[in-house]
Amino acid sequence: MGYGKLLKIDPLVVEWNYTTEYRHSYAEDSPFFIELGRGKLLGSRCKSCGFKYGTYRKYCMYCGSETEDMDLPFKGKVHSFTTCYYSGETFRGDVPYILVLVEFPGIDSLFMSRLFMEQGEKPEIGMEVVARFKKFQTFTVNDVYFVPA
Amino acid sequence: MIILADSHRNVYMIAGGLTQFKKTNFNEDFRLNVKHSLDYALKDSGMKIDDIDGSVSAYFSDHLQGQLIAGAMSNDFIGLAGKPSKRIEGGGATGGLAFQTAYEEIASGTMDTCLAYGFENMSHVGTWRGNDIIALGSDASFDYPLGGFYTAYYALMATRHMYEFGTTEKQMAMVSVKNHGNAMHNPYAQAPMDITVDDVLKSPVVSSPIKMLDICLMSDGAACAILASEEVARSYSGKPVLIKSIGSSSDTMRLADRPFGTVPLLPNETPDMYKNLKYPGVHSFRAGRLAARMAYRKAGISNPQKEIDFAELYDAYTSSEIQAYEDMGFCPYGQGGKFIEEGKSMLDGDIPVNMEGGLQASGHAIGATGIMQAVYAFWQLQGTVHRHMGNNRLQVKNPHLGIIHSHAGTGAYEAVTVMEAV
Repeated sequence: MGYGKLLKIDPLVVEWNYTTEYRHSYAEDSPFFIELGRGKLLGSRCKSCGFKYGTYRKYCMYCGSETEDMDLPFKGKVHSFTTCYYSGETFRGDVPYILVLVEFPGIDSLFMSRLFMEQGEKPEIGMEVVARFKKFQTFTVNDVYFVPA
Repeated sequence: MIILADSHRNVYMIAGGLTQFKKTNFNEDFRLNVKHSLDYALKDSGMKIDDIDGSVSAYFSDHLQGQLIAGAMSNDFIGLAGKPSKRIEGGGATGGLAFQTAYEEIASGTMDTCLAYGFENMSHVGTWRGNDIIALGSDASFDYPLGGFYTAYYALMATRHMYEFGTTEKQMAMVSVKNHGNAMHNPYAQAPMDITVDDVLKSPVVSSPIKMLDICLMSDGAACAILASEEVARSYSGKPVLIKSIGSSSDTMRLADRPFGTVPLLPNETPDMYKNLKYPGVHSFRAGRLAARMAYRKAGISNPQKEIDFAELYDAYTSSEIQAYEDMGFCPYGQGGKFIEEGKSMLDGDIPVNMEGGLQASGHAIGATGIMQAVYAFWQLQGTVHRHMGNNRLQVKNPHLGIIHSHAGTGAYEAVTVMEAV
C-alpha cells in the first residue's frame, strides 16, 4: 500500500494499489497438479467407503478416511456448461471462455474445467469431451482442459 | 441429523434500520453508514445506545473494505467500546448468520439486548476486480484459476436446472421484472426499474444463460437489527416481532463435489415426488433445504406453502430465486419456473417474495444484506411499511409468518430464519 493518486477533493478520495505475492501451496493436493504435467488426470477413491471423487482430495468428505489416488478416464460427458463474456480482472483477457462440469463414467462426483471448441460449435449437456494437457506446465488447474471427443 | 437444542428464552426483534443502498457512497465510510442505520433504529424504538448489551458485526471481505477488524472500528464509533462483540463472516450469508448469532446471544441468556449490524462498501474496487475478490470465496486451487467469476458458477447451476426441469430464460427474467418493479416503491432500493421480460432477455449476456439484468448489484450500505429478550421487548412501547426459529446448514465448497443421492424431504413432501431425482447435483442448494427443514421443524411449520405469508429470498441471480422457491418447499423441485410464471411470488400472490426488490434491485452490500432482509421482514410483520417507506404499496396484508434466507458461495453456508407477528 503506498501513497495514493488523488481522485476527488470533496469528499477526499485517493486511489492506491495494493499487491501481495502469495505463496500458494497445494500442500496435500500437490500430486494432482504435478501429475497434470505428466499428462495424468488424478481423482481419488476413499479407502473406507469407496466413494470415487472426480476432483482430487486426500480425505473423504463422507467418512474422513484417507483416499487413494486413481487415474480418471480422459473421456467424459458435459454435465453442465456456461460461456463467460465477463470474468474476474485476472482473466479479463480470456473472455469469452467456456466452463464445463465434466462427469466421468463410474465416478461419483464432477470436475470443473475449461472447454475449448472450434468457432461456431456449441456445448451441450451430454456431449462427449476428452481431456487435453498443456505442453508447458503452468502449475494451475488450467494445465488440463477439455475438447469435444 | 443433528438438530440444535431448543432455546430456553424467546427472542424478539424490537428495532431495525437501513441506509439507502448505493452503487457508490464516498460521502460516508462504513462506520458512519452503520451509525446512520443504528440512529434510525434507536429513534424508531426509543432506545438509547446505553441500552445495548453487546453487538455482532457482519462484513464479508477485508479485501473489499481495505480494512481489517472493521467491526472494532465501528463499535467504538457508535459507542459500544467496552461491551462484548464478535464478527461473523460467512460469504453471502454473512448478514443472515450474524442475525442468527445475535439471536443466540439472547436465547442463551448471554445478553438481554444485542445489536446485529452489517455493512459493505463494494465500490472501493472496480467491478472486474470485485469479481476477482469475490471469486476467492471459491476454492482457490481448483475453481478460482478457471475464471475467477462467481456468476459462472451460478450459470452452471442454472444451465443444469433448465436441463433437468425445463426452466426457461423467460421465467428467470420474470423474477427480475418482479423484483425491480417492486423496488419502484422502496426508497431504500438502489435500482428500481420499470422493465419488461424482453428488456431482461435483451440485456448483455454475462455468463450464459445469465444476463446483466438477471444479476444482483454490488452496493455500499449498512443495516442493523436490535434483538431483545421477552422481558426487555415488553418494556418497549413498539411492536416487537418474535424470531420464531433459526436454521442453518452447509454444503461442499466446490460445486463439482456435489454428489448424487436422495432428496431430504420437507414436512409437506413425500418420497414419491422425487423418486427419479438425483440430488442435490448442481441444480439445487442442499444447504438451503436443510436450513429450511431445521427452521421449519423448530417453528412447528408443517406446510410452508400454506403457513408462510412472505419470504425474503436470496436472489443473487434470478435463477437462484427460482431454485430457492424449491429449496424452501414453496413448490416441489422442478416447479420453480412455474411458480413465478403463475404469479405466486408476486406482491398479490400466494407467497410474495422479495417485496422490496431483493438483492436484484434493493442491492447487495454483502455483510448488510441478511440484516437488510430482517429489517424488511420486521416492518412487514409490524405492519409499518407505510411509515418507513412513505407508502403502503409493498405491505403484505396481515402477515403472520415470514422467512428470511441467505446463502454463501454456491450454497456452502445457508441461513433460514422464521419470524412471527405477535
